[in-house]
Amino acid sequence: MLKLIGIQKSFGNFTAVRNVDLTINDGEFFSILGPSGCGKTTLLRLLGGFERPSQGAIQLDDRRIDHLPPHQRQFNTVFQRYALFPHLSVWQNVAFGLQMKKTNPTELTARVEEALELVQMQEFGNRSITTLSGGQQQRVALARALINRPKVLLLDEPLSALDLKLRQQMKVELLALQRKLKQTFIFVTHDQEEALTISDRVAVMNNGIVEQVGTPQEIYEYPKTLFVAQFIGSINSIEGEVKAVTQDTILVSGLARRPFSIKPSRDGQRPLPLVEVGTKVKIMVRPEKLKVLKSPPGLEYNYIEGILKESLYHGPETRFLIEPKDKTNSCPMIQAVQTNSAVTARKPFASGDRVFTAWSPEDCILMGAEGPLPLPEPKTAEILSDELPIQNVVLN
Amino acid sequence: MEPHLKNSLSKSKTYWFAIPTIGWMIWFLVIPLIIVFIYSFLTKGIYGGIVYRSTLENYSRAFDWLYFGIFFQSVKLALFTAIFCLLIGYPMAYALATASQKLRPVLLTLLVVPFWTNFVVRTYALKVMFADQGPINSLALSLGLIDAPITLSNSYAMVWLGMVTNYLPYMVLPLYVTLEKFDFSLLEAGRDLGASGWNNFWKVLIPLTKHGIVTGSILVFTPALGEFLIPDLLGGAKTMLMGNLITEQFLKMRDWPFGSALSMVLMAVVLASLVVIIRLWMKESEASSSETMRDAA
Amino acid sequence: MKAALLHRSKPSAKWFVKLITTFTFLLLYIPLVCLVAYSFVGTDPVSGASFFTWNWYSEALKDEGLRSGLWISLWVGLWSTLGATILGTTAAIALERASFPGKKLFDAFTLVPLIVPEIVMGLSLLIWFVALGLTLGAFSIILAHITFSFSYVIITVRTRLKDFDPSLEEAARDLGATPAQTFWKVTFPLIWPGILSGALMAFTLSFDDFLITFFTAGVGSDTLPIKLYSMIKYGISPKVNALSTLILLATILMVLFIFNPKKKTGLAAHS
Repeated sequence: MLKLIGIQKSFGNFTAVRNVDLTINDGEFFSILGPSGCGKTTLLRLLGGFERPSQGAIQLDDRRIDHLPPHQRQFNTVFQRYALFPHLSVWQNVAFGLQMKKTNPTELTARVEEALELVQMQEFGNRSITTLSGGQQQRVALARALINRPKVLLLDEPLSALDLKLRQQMKVELLALQRKLKQTFIFVTHDQEEALTISDRVAVMNNGIVEQVGTPQEIYEYPKTLFVAQFIGSINSIEGEVKAVTQDTILVSGLARRPFSIKPSRDGQRPLPLVEVGTKVKIMVRPEKLKVLKSPPGLEYNYIEGILKESLYHGPETRFLIEPKDKTNSCPMIQAVQTNSAVTARKPFASGDRVFTAWSPEDCILMGAEGPLPLPEPKTAEILSDELPIQNVVLN
Repeated sequence: MEPHLKNSLSKSKTYWFAIPTIGWMIWFLVIPLIIVFIYSFLTKGIYGGIVYRSTLENYSRAFDWLYFGIFFQSVKLALFTAIFCLLIGYPMAYALATASQKLRPVLLTLLVVPFWTNFVVRTYALKVMFADQGPINSLALSLGLIDAPITLSNSYAMVWLGMVTNYLPYMVLPLYVTLEKFDFSLLEAGRDLGASGWNNFWKVLIPLTKHGIVTGSILVFTPALGEFLIPDLLGGAKTMLMGNLITEQFLKMRDWPFGSALSMVLMAVVLASLVVIIRLWMKESEASSSETMRDAA
Repeated sequence: MKAALLHRSKPSAKWFVKLITTFTFLLLYIPLVCLVAYSFVGTDPVSGASFFTWNWYSEALKDEGLRSGLWISLWVGLWSTLGATILGTTAAIALERASFPGKKLFDAFTLVPLIVPEIVMGLSLLIWFVALGLTLGAFSIILAHITFSFSYVIITVRTRLKDFDPSLEEAARDLGATPAQTFWKVTFPLIWPGILSGALMAFTLSFDDFLITFFTAGVGSDTLPIKLYSMIKYGISPKVNALSTLILLATILMVLFIFNPKKKTGLAAHS
C-alpha cells in the first residue's frame, strides 16, 4: 500500500502540490486526472523520486521512501515521450534496468525476452529505437519499466503522444496488462475519457490540490466540487436561489416559472446538502439526463422551455442546443444529449422549434454559488465507505 | 508539463565540473588581460622591458593623429568587409538554402572547404594570383591588354579583397543556418497579402533572418578589426592597420606599454561596436514589430 | 520542383542570386586552383620556359623546416585538442546541468575567447608567459591554443546537451542507475558526437592558427603556419605552392569525410 501524507511541493513562491493525502492500494489502477499545470506531473515526479517533497511523507508498506533517490525506489516510470535511449537497441533498452542491478547474463536474457513477449515485441529486439512507430515505442517503454518488477508503475501521460486510434487500442492493452500483472499502476493524464475508462479509482487534481478521489462513476455522477463537476464531461449549470427546504426536497427558483425541485439520488449516494432558504445555488445537470420534448412534462419533472437553436448529429447520439425562454447571462444555452434510437423513434426536431427540456429531480447536483455545499454526516456515507474505500479529500 | 520543472534531479553535484575551466579561464584569460591593462599605464624601459612608473602617456600617444588615422583605416576596412560580406553572403546563403536537395550538400562542401583550409594558405593563394608574374598579369599580357605587368598586390584594394574572401564563410554559414530554418511559405503568404517582391524581402525575409545577419556581422567585423596577416601579406608596407601596428610594438619596437595601450583601445572599439550592432538590431526589431502591429490594426 | 514536392516548398532563387553565388564561388576557388596549378610548374633556368614537374613536392617533403613545422603543428594540435575538449566538455556539463553561484558570470566569460581579438589574446598571453618565466615553445603554444579553443567545444557540447530530453537521464535513474552510471551509460554516449565535433573544431583551429602562435612561439617551435608565413614573407618559393596544395588536399579529404551525406556521422550537425 502506498500512502501520501500531507505532501506539499513548492518551487520558490509557487506551490505546485499542496497538502495531498492519498492512499493507493496494491494492484490498483489509479489515475491522477487534471488540467495541465494542476500539479499532477509534480505529484508523479515526487513518487518517482525526481523531486523531494517540501513537506509530508510518502510511505510504501509503512516504510518512508520520500528521501530515497530514484534508483533506490522500487518504482519505475513510463515517461511522457517514453525517454527511450536513442543510442541503444530495443533489447538494450529493456535490459538496462537489469544491467544496472548486475543481473547474471542467463537470467537477464530470459527476463528481457519475457518482457518483450509481454508487450508483443519479441521480434524487435535488434531494432534501433528510431525506427519504431509511436505505439511500438510505447510498448518498449512499458517493457523497460516493467522488467524490474516494480512495486508501483508510474505512467506519465503515456498515451498523449499517440494518435486517436492507437490511443484507444493501447488503452485496452494497458488495462489488460495491469489485470494480468496485478501490479499497482499510477497513471497521470489530462484526458478524462482515458481516466474514466481504465481506472479503478481516479483522483481529480486542480491548482495543486486533490479535489476528489473516487471510482469513475462517483467522479462523474457525484462530483463533490464545482471543478470536478465542470471538468469531467459537460454539464449544464443553472443559477438559482433556495425557496423552500423539506425532508426530501429542496425547491430552487431559477430559469422557469415553476421552481425546480431537487431530491437525493435514488441510491442514496448523493444526499441533499444542508441549505437554508435564500442560499444562492447552482443546479447542475448532465446533458444526457435531459429529455427534449414537444410539450411540457408531468409535474414530477423539472423543465425549461426554450427554442431549439441547433441539433448536432454525432452518430450514436444527437446534441441539442436550446436557448431558454427566460435566458440569463449565467445560462445562455442548455445542452441536451439523446441517443439516436430515442430521437429517431420520435419526430425529429427542427431548429427554431419550441421545445421543453425536462429532467428528474434526482438527477440534479446542487452546488453553492462559490463551491460545494455542506453535506449531512449521517449513515448514507457509511454505507458508501463499506463498498469502496474513499479517501479523505482535503479541500482548501 | 509544468514549465518550472527543470531537471532538478541531475542538478546535483556536477558543479565541480566547472572548476577546472573556471581556473583555466582566470589563469590564462582574465589575469593576462588585466596585466595588459596594467601594462598600458606603465613606462617602457630604455632597452625594451618595463619600468614600473605609472603614466597616461601611452594613451595620449595612441590618440595621436598618426595612430588615430590607422585606427580609422582599420575600422573602415572592417566595416567595408562586413558590409560586402553581407551583400555577397546573403544572396549566397539564400541560394544555398533554396538549392535542391541534391545540390545543397555540394554547395555547402564548396563553402566549407575554404573555411577549413589553412588561413595562411588561403591568403597566400591570393598573393600568388595577383603577383606581378601571376596568372592575372600573364593572362592580361598574353591577351595584349597590357604591355608590362602591373603591380596589383601590395595595395589597399588587395587587402580588402583578401578580407572579403577570407571572412565570407563566417557570414554565409550563420545566414545559411537561419535561412535554412526559415519557413518560405511566409513569403507566399506575403505575396498572397499583396506584398511586392521588394516589400516581401524587406518586411518579411530580412526581419525574420535578422539573427543570422547580426551573428554573421559580428563574426566578420570583430576579427577583421584586429587582422594582422592579410594586411601584412597582401598590403605590403603601405597598409598599416591596427593589428600590424600592435604587432610591431610588441615584436619589433619592444614597446610593450604602448602596445598594451593600443590593445586596450582595440578592445574598446570591439566592445563598442558589439554594443552598437546588438543595439541597432534590437531597436530595429522593436520598430518593425510595432510597425506590423500598426499594419494589422 | 522535385525538391518542392519532397520538402517544404521553397522558391527557387532568382537569376541574380545564382549569378552572385557562382561568381563568389569562382572568386573563392580560382586562387586555390592557380595555387595548385603553379605547384606543378617548373621554370627552365636557361630558356625561361615552363614545364610540368613533381619536383616541388619532393623538395617540400624533404625540407627539414617544413617537416618540423608539420610535426610541431600536429603535436600542438593533439595536446591542445585534448585539453580544450576536456575543459569544454566539463564546463558544458556544469553549465547545462548544475547550478552554482556565479554561473551566469561564468557563462558570459566563456564567450570572452570568441570576442577578444586574437591579437590581444596573443599578446596578453605572451606578456603573462614572460612574467611567469615560462620558456616559449611548444608548451606555451599548447596552453594558448587551449585557451582560445575550449569555448568552441563548450558550444558544440552544450547544443547537444540542450537537444536531448532530460527525461532520458531520469529514465536511467528510474531504472536503477546511480548518477555515475547514468553519466557513462546515457549522458556521455549521447553527447559524444558533440564532443567529437568540438574536438575536430579545436584541432582545426589549432592547426590553422597563425596570430596567437606568432606571439607565443619561441625559438625552434614554429608551427607549420608560422613556417609558411616566413617562407612567403621572405621570397616566394614554389615549395610553398606544393605544400599548400597538400594542405588543401588534406582539408578537402577531411571535409568530404565529415560532410559525407550518405554517412550520417552526426558530425556535420554543428555547421
